[in-house]
Amino acid sequence: MKIKAQVAMVMNLDKCIGCHTCSVTCKSTWTNRPGAEYMWFNNVETKPGIGYPKRWEDQEQYKGGWEVKNGKLQLKSGTKLSKIALGKIFNNPDMPEMKDYYEPWTYNYENLTNKEDGKHTPVARAHSAITGEKMDPEWGPNWEDDLAGGHITGPQDPNIEKIEEEIKFNFEKSFMMYLPRLCEHCLNPSCVASCPSGAMYKRDEDGIVLVDQEACRGWRYCMTGCPYKKVYFNWQTNKAEKCTFCYPRIESGLPTVCSETCTGRIRYLGVLLYDADRVQEVAATPDEKDLYEAQCDLFLDPHDPEVQEQARRDGITEDWLEAAQDSPVYKLAIEYKLAFPLHPEYRTLPMVWYVPPLSPIMSYFEGKDSIKNPDMIFPAIEEMRNPIQYLANMLTAGDTESVKSSLQRMAMMRSYMRALSSGKEFDETRLERVGLTAKQTQKMYRLLSIAKYEDRFVIPTSHRESYSNPYRAQGSEGFGSDCDGCGPMMPAGAKSGKEIYEDNFYGGIWRD
Amino acid sequence: MSSQFLWVILPYMCIVSFVIGHIFRYRHDQFSWTAKSSEFIEKKQLMIGSLLFHIGIIPVIFGHVAGLGIPKEWMRAVGVNDHLYHLGALYVGGLFGVVTLVGMLLLTYRRVSISAVRKLSTSSDIIVNALLLFIVFLGVYATLVTNNVQPGFDYRDTISVWFRDLLILRPDASYMANVPFTFKVHAITGFLIFGLWPYTRLVHVWSVPVHYVGRSHILYRRHKRRA
Repeated sequence: MKIKAQVAMVMNLDKCIGCHTCSVTCKSTWTNRPGAEYMWFNNVETKPGIGYPKRWEDQEQYKGGWEVKNGKLQLKSGTKLSKIALGKIFNNPDMPEMKDYYEPWTYNYENLTNKEDGKHTPVARAHSAITGEKMDPEWGPNWEDDLAGGHITGPQDPNIEKIEEEIKFNFEKSFMMYLPRLCEHCLNPSCVASCPSGAMYKRDEDGIVLVDQEACRGWRYCMTGCPYKKVYFNWQTNKAEKCTFCYPRIESGLPTVCSETCTGRIRYLGVLLYDADRVQEVAATPDEKDLYEAQCDLFLDPHDPEVQEQARRDGITEDWLEAAQDSPVYKLAIEYKLAFPLHPEYRTLPMVWYVPPLSPIMSYFEGKDSIKNPDMIFPAIEEMRNPIQYLANMLTAGDTESVKSSLQRMAMMRSYMRALSSGKEFDETRLERVGLTAKQTQKMYRLLSIAKYEDRFVIPTSHRESYSNPYRAQGSEGFGSDCDGCGPMMPAGAKSGKEIYEDNFYGGIWRD
Repeated sequence: MSSQFLWVILPYMCIVSFVIGHIFRYRHDQFSWTAKSSEFIEKKQLMIGSLLFHIGIIPVIFGHVAGLGIPKEWMRAVGVNDHLYHLGALYVGGLFGVVTLVGMLLLTYRRVSISAVRKLSTSSDIIVNALLLFIVFLGVYATLVTNNVQPGFDYRDTISVWFRDLLILRPDASYMANVPFTFKVHAITGFLIFGLWPYTRLVHVWSVPVHYVGRSHILYRRHKRRA
């Protein structure tokens, strides 16, 4: 056994309001630069929908993640030898193109003020950030926001296509949910495995996956390798970039920007301990429907003295052990079994987990007679607007039972708390039917609904003081210090970010 | 005097630039060291052009190593007589030369005609593109046309000897005096591109990830503890 620690995330989709604050704050922190305009390290998709890039979940097209062939785990895009020897290095056939994401654009806003007096109101037209030419935007990171065009793109959602019964996309039957997405910082990252230059790596201390900008040679296999399409190609620097899990913040014990700014307080960050020796074995689990359970078994109980003993031997410090015991991620994913990994069938063992949403079924179990008969929950879950099979296709490789029991626990928690706060009787033995105790349910309620800052984010600081010279490590962890001023986007060949910054930012305020 | 410059001084300048430039860039500018692919912008045309060019140029380079680097006598000693060599150089070399040229033409057309690719091309990319197209065209022309028009000329008695003498620091420009014009220009531009090499996208050639094949899939990095 070799114990490693991973900083992981849980998102409670039941509370996501799809406001895109996470995406915007992430963007203004990390990707507001030339060449990175189209990158959204964090984006929020409306499901059902095909997303960004288009149909990223279709691995028959993009060949992301792993597959088990003859009992052995191998990259879906081909063996290491095939990448070098078969001409794929000259042309990667499975790579997404810019048009699958979208061509970044800006507007000629100056036209609104500079236009000479005329018959018509001046307008600002979209211009490509690459060529500077006029363009008509045709896709974007949230093109299908709130089911816009959902009757067309919805049926093309790979999770919908996998449902055998027909799903209707008319207004009466419509359903939707939000899916905020970022790099999964997988335990078995296929992007790292795909990088021929050895530029991508997983940090031993906290499991964050990064791109060494100095070592990246721009071969682009990582883009194909990542089944979530969360490694991006900077078309100015010609190197790969990705979500850094805000490692400078995590190292200081602060939550990532997306988590910090989440208005719905849906995000949780915490430490999980896992057995690194078993990662390959778990990822190679034969039946993909067993992958969720297998992944859960990989995580170790931080309260177990034997685990603690081994963790100390493997160099995990006391404050990290303590954080692992208080980890909200451990509670939500392992203890309460509420959260699931996104698409476990990609076999990357993703580390951003999702609590499925309870869609509108309130009247079934929060209506007049519901407290008298809490068992209404069981048929009610089946009647949810979001088909259980749809959620299961996203979260458990199609296994509906685990998703159903997670939803039942959440519904039961609501009924129990409703009874408690309105002073009604509640037979606590009913909680046992969904595997909960009264005390546990109240703790769960506090974590999910009250969601205090210090309960949501339990992040131990890194011990960087004991590491080698941080100055020398510059550039090897995602980004160099020099990003040319990091200004807003503009057409290529125009001013540099630094020039724009100096033009506009004067004395601490933005000049108009 | 001008022949001394063209066939001695200039080649050495290019070699020095090639060596020093690479050392300097590798040590000081890892960040810009990339394959600089524009596949992300345009994929379909690149596929044919890039495949043809690369599949052509690799055998062509090995062909040059054999033709320039290995003396006639050595070839004969291992059983490759002049007739056999010429057949190989003409047909195999010619074939891969044409493949390279077609690839280069497609890539040039793509770089010029697709506005996003054109906009993202730096002057270094344009120079490399134009120079490569020119060199490859001259090489194919010299192989298929000049060799037939002037059958008496054998570059293995002139250019190859001059080239090997350069490398062993005994330069002699006189070997190049009666070489046909196309070969002369091909040789000079060939040295030029080697001189420019370290400052262009061509550096990606040295990053061919051969070590990837034997590597473990997942890489971890750990901060080294201070002593």
